[in-house]
Amino acid sequence: MLNLSQLQPGESAHIHAIHAEESLFHRLNAMGFRIGKKIELVRQASFGGPVHVRLGSTDIILRLTEANRIQIARA
Amino acid sequence: MKRIALLGMPNTGKSTLFNRLSGASARVGNWPGITVDLMSAKILIGGHIAELVDLPGLYDLHGFSDDEQVVRHFLANNSVDLVMIVLNSSQIDRQLSLALQIRALGLPALLLLNMQDEAKRSGISIDIDEMSRQLGLPVASISAKYGDGCPQALQLAARHLEHQRAPISASEISSKLEADTQLEQQMEHIVKQAVQMPLQLTDRLTERIDRVLLHPWLGLPLFFGAMYLLFQFIFTVGAPLQEGVAWLLDLIRSDVLEPLTASLPAWLHGLLLDGIYDGVGTVAAFVPIIVLFFLVMTMVEDSGYMSRAAFLMDALMARVGLDGRSFVMVLMGFGCNVPALMGTRVMRSRGMRLLTMMVIPLSLCSARLQVFVFMSAILFTTEQAPLVVFSMYLMSFVTIFLTALIFKGKMRSSEPFILEMPPYRFPTAKQIVLRGWLEVRHFLNRASKFIIFGVVMVWALTNFPSGVPAASEATYAGQIGQFFLPILEPIGIDAKLAIALIFGFVAKEIVVGALAVIYGLQGEALELLMAQQLDWVQGVSFMLFTLIYTPCLSTIATMRSESKSVGYTVLALGWSLLLAWVVSFIFYQSARALGF
Repeated sequence: MLNLSQLQPGESAHIHAIHAEESLFHRLNAMGFRIGKKIELVRQASFGGPVHVRLGSTDIILRLTEANRIQIARA
Repeated sequence: MKRIALLGMPNTGKSTLFNRLSGASARVGNWPGITVDLMSAKILIGGHIAELVDLPGLYDLHGFSDDEQVVRHFLANNSVDLVMIVLNSSQIDRQLSLALQIRALGLPALLLLNMQDEAKRSGISIDIDEMSRQLGLPVASISAKYGDGCPQALQLAARHLEHQRAPISASEISSKLEADTQLEQQMEHIVKQAVQMPLQLTDRLTERIDRVLLHPWLGLPLFFGAMYLLFQFIFTVGAPLQEGVAWLLDLIRSDVLEPLTASLPAWLHGLLLDGIYDGVGTVAAFVPIIVLFFLVMTMVEDSGYMSRAAFLMDALMARVGLDGRSFVMVLMGFGCNVPALMGTRVMRSRGMRLLTMMVIPLSLCSARLQVFVFMSAILFTTEQAPLVVFSMYLMSFVTIFLTALIFKGKMRSSEPFILEMPPYRFPTAKQIVLRGWLEVRHFLNRASKFIIFGVVMVWALTNFPSGVPAASEATYAGQIGQFFLPILEPIGIDAKLAIALIFGFVAKEIVVGALAVIYGLQGEALELLMAQQLDWVQGVSFMLFTLIYTPCLSTIATMRSESKSVGYTVLALGWSLLLAWVVSFIFYQSARALGF
């Protein structure tokens, strides 16, 4: 099983599981992170910065710490 | 009177719609159950006056952020006759959850699908009737930016308000807010039935721009390059305007006001012309630069570039205990520190919020910009001056990083950093003009509150006790200056500059006006005299001190109310004074030691 942060720019996968405490889970949910949804990693900022992902029609940036909590299954 | 609440996610154009519907009649009000101020306005709807309230943007009615709690408390404590839900049409698949949550509460609601132009460009088409049928709510498509569909939406709202049964009581809402869920399946079902969406979004333009602006290696240099160009633009266009206004004010004084007031007693003549007119006039000459500055700022803010800046800078900010949002707040602080401090409310972790609030007062706000433009024009050549001012911006960043680095151990946080990246948008001319006007109004408001008071005080202190030469050591101002001399002399600040600094504590806008009053001159004559009495080392030391020590009383008051801690506010204030002195001391003494 892979983490979201292990995707290469341009690759996409499906969200398999979200490991987060309640408030973070809630927030990710409201922004569109849902199990089974397709997610694409668009790019990563330099110097170990955040990743830019695309969920449906929404673009979101998040840090690697948060990206590591999202498990994915390659399509 | 009926009450209508405007509700929606961030970046949906909710505030644009509020401004469009309310015109200029909006005011800030207090509401039961919540501590923050919300904007509200009286609007005419279907022949009746109704009150329109702009609620903070939120992602989820059941979320945990301050803003989300504000909305919950508002709905639980205030009866609402109609909720207007504003959604971004191009993100309808995700945002519909908010509409379902409101519907589940049983609140009478109207759904407004905004940004239809953007959705159309992305190939999304929405069947309004089908959506309305599925939701059981009236739905209208609008463009808040261009005003399309807004009158129709208002008519719909008016019809809805009239045919309404007794509104749901606030306490009922309160109990319903406790429980819910299972909205998701419903949401997907409705989207599937009523929305046609292309698999890949065709927003190629945003994609293409991002490929350059967010490039792994080019992104940061482009960001700083763009900042420098915008700054150069403001400076090249604004400086001649400022000189023009100063020249005009000078002319009015010599040709109109001098003859008019010649017959008045000497003290009154002095107070009116040397005090109020020179002081306020010198400040007013900077209005064109400030307006220009905010016009540029509005374009950057509304374009969607801010969250890109957060993306680029987050890695760097993480090293000093901050995140990309802190960086955006610092950029907002370049306009005015007060709204930037209030903007930190989106941060959930107190440590992160306090650390961000600690560094915001160090960001070079537009009031300080006036002082730097003024001083650098006096002490440097036309080619050097913009570089000197730009180096103050760099210095502002340096002090921000230094401060965060020193305090990050005390204000820790493990706050997750998740941010939405909206597609690029081009603000309309109307949006920009409206914002420019609001800034001018804000400036005039401050001017009438602080600047007139400040310059009159400075005038009184430099002209009394009567009988002594104006601005001499024997005046009250001279005595105060002498008192602080032991601290300020080692950083090259003389008694006259000291008075300006003391009043600058109230608001930085007073500094330039105070200098005009202290030296008893304005316009070119003031600049010539100051150039004679000060050298560039003293001038830069004065600028550094002005940059770093506390921005203004409003900022301190905001810090106090946002942090709800006197101790923290005192710490932030003390730190800025200490840092200002140390930086000025190091600069002044080393420049002198090097023989300048």
